[in-house]
Formats: sequence, structure tokens, C-alpha cells
Amino acid sequence: MNKLKSINKRSWLSSPYIVWIIGFTVIPMIVIFRYALTNPDGGFTFSQITAILDPVHLRALVFSLEIAVGSTLVCILLSYPLVLAMRRLNLGKQGFALFILILPMWMNFILRVLAWQMILSKNGILNFVLKGLGLEPLAIANTGTAIMIGMVYDYLPYMVLPIFNAVAEIDEDIIEAAKDLGAGGLTIFRKIILPLSIPGLLSGIVMVFVPSMTSFVVSDILGGGKLQLVGNIIEQEFTKNMNWNLGSGLSVSLMIFVLISMAFTMKHDVEGKGSAIW
Amino acid sequence: MVERIKDWISRFYLGLIILFLYAPIAVLIVLSFNSSRSRVVWGGFTLNWYSRLFSNRQIGEALSTTLIVALLSALIATVIGVLGALGIHAMREKNYQLVMVFTNIPMVNADIVTGIALMLWFVHFIPLGFGSVLLAHITFNIPYVILSVMPKIRQMNVSLYEAARDLGAGPVYGFFKVLLPQLAGGIVSGFFMAFTMSMDDFVITYFTKGPGVNTLSTMIYGEIRKGIKPEMYALSTLIFAFVFVILLAANYLPQRKKKTVKERR
Repeated sequence: MNKLKSINKRSWLSSPYIVWIIGFTVIPMIVIFRYALTNPDGGFTFSQITAILDPVHLRALVFSLEIAVGSTLVCILLSYPLVLAMRRLNLGKQGFALFILILPMWMNFILRVLAWQMILSKNGILNFVLKGLGLEPLAIANTGTAIMIGMVYDYLPYMVLPIFNAVAEIDEDIIEAAKDLGAGGLTIFRKIILPLSIPGLLSGIVMVFVPSMTSFVVSDILGGGKLQLVGNIIEQEFTKNMNWNLGSGLSVSLMIFVLISMAFTMKHDVEGKGSAIW
Repeated sequence: MVERIKDWISRFYLGLIILFLYAPIAVLIVLSFNSSRSRVVWGGFTLNWYSRLFSNRQIGEALSTTLIVALLSALIATVIGVLGALGIHAMREKNYQLVMVFTNIPMVNADIVTGIALMLWFVHFIPLGFGSVLLAHITFNIPYVILSVMPKIRQMNVSLYEAARDLGAGPVYGFFKVLLPQLAGGIVSGFFMAFTMSMDDFVITYFTKGPGVNTLSTMIYGEIRKGIKPEMYALSTLIFAFVFVILLAANYLPQRKKKTVKERR
């Protein structure tokens, strides 16, 4: 009882943070909803929110969803073999995994996407190499594929690291025991590694799906300005068309859409998310 | 034999992923030494862009803004976040859950929504510029600090602090001498994560900055249509090399120390 009292007293330490949450998380959310629910002249309306159903916007939303789901799946498919390879080569313990995956993040993100533009463009490095090998050049530049390559490139570490952390925690004895009992590599993966890495996988999905669903920079650079994700449309409402109400309405719809799609995957708490990176 | 083949396949796959991750970086580093301004023509080796970098006022300003924002926002977020985490931890279960929901909002929310919401709110009371960017960065940094400190607080031994108090330590002395050292690991990684996130941010800065203020990211984005100044490749290469050395040292130096301690045991 005594301890509880002294502990409860400590909660005043969080008051600066509570003030910050109210000032910079709660109020901004109220403000964006207020813009989303009004006309430019101030009258109440739902039309900014339902504007997402407008064919142009809906097409962008569906395209974003395709890109995001595709990028997330590719990231998952690339991550598991990588995690298993690192485990096999015993590279996890030396911090090598973190090192290799985090270092690229220190090259400016927009420059890295621009570098992909140079690699994938019609007369770019990839086609130069293909030509040198006597192969047909590829026309990837300014397609959905190019955007997806950019997304996978950017967000792959966010998928690998949480899965890697989950797999690294698996006790080697369990796997040895399974082997002794006659389990093959595939069985060990299906029955041990996959189930035990699910929490990591889920936070990886959140960390890849949300940014690739809502990005506008990657599509801007690698889509050649013609392919629009919903993020591009929102950005233009603020920077070009200056329609803050419509931009807010679309943002709110996007937010609700993302939250609904996440509700399927995110029944667990996201607390491990931040610490999973480091 | 089969094991050797499996090892070989693992190495090959790892190599492919490393190629994928580092190919664009290699392109940028090569461009920083390219004497041609064109992005597709190799005009010979030069260090010209590196020397011109130091006389480029605009890049210098953007770099210092980026660093100052990252440093200040990470510091302030760490202070607010550590105190916040200690306080939240002491709350009743219901309040604890509520605050954690709000802590997760900036992390789960899309950057574009966070950036726009902050901008729409900021225009009501401050001019968009350095101040608004700093406030925005602190806002998205605090959750990273809280989430990396919270697990350490859960493991923390509160009785030690109680004992120190019983033995006559004041609350401030006890806080710095007993509580903080137990949290040091979480605080340091929270700080660095916040710093990294701030350095890396583009979207939220883009919406909350005013005209005239630029971080490196927003400056580069503004130059995409006109063509990136090669000095920018030089600067990015320098930053990359600097971090490479730091990370290398941080990853391998303490490791050796730990090993020797273990061996001695």
C-alpha cells in the first residue's frame, strides 16, 4: 500500500507529456476533422469525406492499395529467406544485421529514390548491364513496378528487423529438438520459425503497409508524375489547388481506410514496434 | 556436403540483398566524383564538388537547420519522453492504456496525415518556419523515446529507489543516482532513434515548414525538377561515410570489450 502510494505520486512527472499530447496530437486531429467536415465557406458537409468515392480519387486509392499490398508481400517474401540466411551464417550476434540494414537509411531517402530512377530509366544502368549481357532491355521506368521497387527498397528494413528480432529470440534447443525428432527444414520453418515470428511479422506489416499506402515521394519520382497514389492527390490539394478542406477530407478518409485495414492485422499491441528497429 | 551448399546459397542470397540495398548508394557516391553535371554521362574523376560544397551557403544552411532540428528535437523529446514514461508507468491501468493509445497515434498514423494536421493547427498561432518544424519533430519523436524507455522501466527495480530514499537520498538525488542509471540503455537508444527519425524525415517537415526554411530533404525535393546540385551528392557521401565509421566503431569496439570480460570470467 505504501509502495503503491509513492508510485502513484510519480505520475505527475508525465504532465509535460500529457500537455504535449493534448496540444500536438489531440487538437491537430480535431482541427483536421473540422476542416474535413466543412466547406471552404464554413458550412457543415460530408462531401469532403465522401469525395474519396469520386472516380479519379477512387482509382488512386485502389492503385495505392495495390502498390501497398504488393510491396508488403514482396517485403515478406524477401525477409524470411534473409532472416534464415543470417541466422544460418550466425551473423545476428555481431550486430551485423542491424548494421547492414540501418546504414542505407543514412543516405538521404529522396536521393536514394532518385538513384533508382537513374538505375531503372530507359537508358539507365540496369538496361546498360542487360545490354552488356546480350539481354532485352526492360521498360520499367514510370510504371507501377518501378514504384513498387522503390517502396520495397525503402521499407524492406522495417520488415526484416522485427522478424529478425523475433527469430533471433527462438531458442536453438527447440530447433535442435525438432531435428532430433526427425523434422526437416520445411517442417521446422512451418511449425516453429513461422509461428514464433508472427508478432514480428505483424509489426513489419504495419510498418511497411502504412507508409507505402500513403507515400507521395516515391510515386512522384518513379511514377514519372503520371501515376498518382492517393498521397499525391492529397499533396496537390494543399500545394497546388489550395483546397484545404478537400485535402483534409481525403486525408481523413485515407486515415480511416488505413485504420480499418490495420484492424485486421493489428490485434496485438504495437509497443514492440519502436524498439524493434534497434 | 548438403550443409555446405546451403551455406553457399545463404551467402549468395545475402549478397543479392546487399547488392539491392547498396546499389543506389554506390550510384550516388560515384556521382559525387563525376565531373560532368549530367546524371547519365561519366565525365571523369573530380573532387570539385567536395570543395565547392564548403562554399555553398544554401546547402550549409539546410545542413545546419537539419542538424539543429534533429539535435534539439531529440533532446527535448528525450526529456519529455523519459519523464512521461516514468509518469505513465505509475498511472492506474485505465489511464495508462488511454495515454498509450495516444502515444501510438503519431506512429500508426501516416506521416502525410500527421504533417497536414499539425500544419492546419500551427497556422492558427505561429508562422510556419523553424519553430513549427521543431515542434512537429518533437511531436513525432516523443513516442520513439517512450517506447524504447518503457520496457526498461518495467524491468526497473523500484525498491532500489525506495531504499535510497529511506537511507536519506532526496528525490532529485535518488532520481539521478538510482533511477536514471537503470534506464540509461533505453534513454540512449531512444535519443538516437529520435535523432535518426528527425534527420530522415521529409513528409512532416514538408508540410510544416514555411517558405525560406529548408532541411536537406526538403531542399533536395525542391531541386528534383531543376536537377540536383552535385554538391548534394558530395554532402550525402560525406554524411554516409561519417555514419559508416561511427556505426562500425559502435558495433565492433564494445563487442571486443565484452568478450574480454567474459573470457576473464
